[in-house]
Amino acid sequence: MTAPSLARLTRVELRKMIDTRAGFWLLVVVALGAVAAVVTTLLAGDGRDHTMARFFIVSGFGAALLLPVVGILAVTSEWTQRTALTTFTLVPERGRVVAAKLLAGCALALAAVFVCLLVAAVGNAIAGGHWNLDVARLAGGTAYMLIAVLAGLALGLLLMSSASAIVAYFVIPTAVGLLIEVVPALKDPSQWFDLGQATASLGNASMAAGDWPRLAVAMAIWIGLPLVLGLARLRRRELS
Amino acid sequence: MIEVNELSKRYGTQLAVDGVSFRCEPGTITGFLGPNGAGKSTTLRMITGLTPPTAGTATVLGSAFARLPNPGRQVGVLLDASAQHAGRSGREVLRLTVDVLGVDRRRVPELLERVGLPPSDARKRVGQYSLGMRQRLGIAQAMVGDPSVLILDEPANGLDPEGIVWMRGLLRDFADRAGTVLLSSHLLHEIEAVADNLVVIHHGRIVAQGGKADLLASSGGSLERLFLGLTAAASVAA
Repeated sequence: MTAPSLARLTRVELRKMIDTRAGFWLLVVVALGAVAAVVTTLLAGDGRDHTMARFFIVSGFGAALLLPVVGILAVTSEWTQRTALTTFTLVPERGRVVAAKLLAGCALALAAVFVCLLVAAVGNAIAGGHWNLDVARLAGGTAYMLIAVLAGLALGLLLMSSASAIVAYFVIPTAVGLLIEVVPALKDPSQWFDLGQATASLGNASMAAGDWPRLAVAMAIWIGLPLVLGLARLRRRELS
Repeated sequence: MIEVNELSKRYGTQLAVDGVSFRCEPGTITGFLGPNGAGKSTTLRMITGLTPPTAGTATVLGSAFARLPNPGRQVGVLLDASAQHAGRSGREVLRLTVDVLGVDRRRVPELLERVGLPPSDARKRVGQYSLGMRQRLGIAQAMVGDPSVLILDEPANGLDPEGIVWMRGLLRDFADRAGTVLLSSHLLHEIEAVADNLVVIHHGRIVAQGGKADLLASSGGSLERLFLGLTAAASVAA
């Protein structure tokens, strides 16, 4: 008798992200959002917007906004819906469950990128636009999506509450932005700790050499740190 | 086989569980009896590795629960039937457990039928279930891995009289096929009807344990008198 493999746990966690009412409708909205964005661009945009690269970017707006919420709920629903009791009785090694959730979140992000590509391609075919989506743009958009989902998962793990994690996910970047406006001295250093700035160049594939270390530091702050703290909290937490 | 040795849990200054020891043998049903707040659930959570004990040890099938390679294949656990995602269907809950444990997916309809959840109910979201239906689902979930040990916390809560008779039969059948059953309850009659052995806990301490027949004989045939006497005596002593 062997422990469930990480691959099997990942499949289960992926299924858990989709098989609840909340998870299902969030993903439907993500897909519809991609279609709506492409249709809007087709109708309202001018010729310069009608390129594959542009369609790909706009089709991902909804996913980039909502997939982190799916990630947050994947972790926090274990507490709000109290399924943690069964989850960690079946798999007592709590770190393995977290690893499976992270991998499942990445798989979901990749699936979203794939859907966006399809929708964008249909839009671009209708518009008869340029097929100018190069590897750098595709990789940048994919990385952007992965980072967003992982940040949601990490924050959910740290806070272990759906409401506070979702609020924190959307309020903290705004608050950081405001802080930078109010305190000009923060403008320069903020490139290192503001995940929004650090990932902005990813989406439009304009990463300069100096951007990479800034991205690494911002990811360490917004993904690495909450993950490490959240894991420590989870290991010690009593389940009831 | 379950072995609990001098298990204790302290919350702040309060000892919720205080030096609890008992054994559950294959082929028997052990009733874990005590008033609400006596330390039953805390003890069961320590046995299943969800709560770290302050002192003492607990083993299931000779190993700490958390060290069992795939615990669901050996031990069926139902600690709280309400602890299910309200937005997931009953069938889906079983399907997920089947996938984690790596057993045949045909177990799902089989188990649903065994616990008396018809397909029309299995398709519904757990949020629409009565507590009795949740208990049936929880029992099915505990049985997914075809375990040899069952650990159930207040499984009779919310079941109607017919359901209670059904569960007694299920547990008896499980034990008769060399299974080990540990179930808790605050309802004396429930335990009396099904258990072979009793462990009585009060204020975190074991106040009586042994075969049901022996305990009955020592109390003039009434477990109720024994139970009330023991808990009253323990309250005075405390």
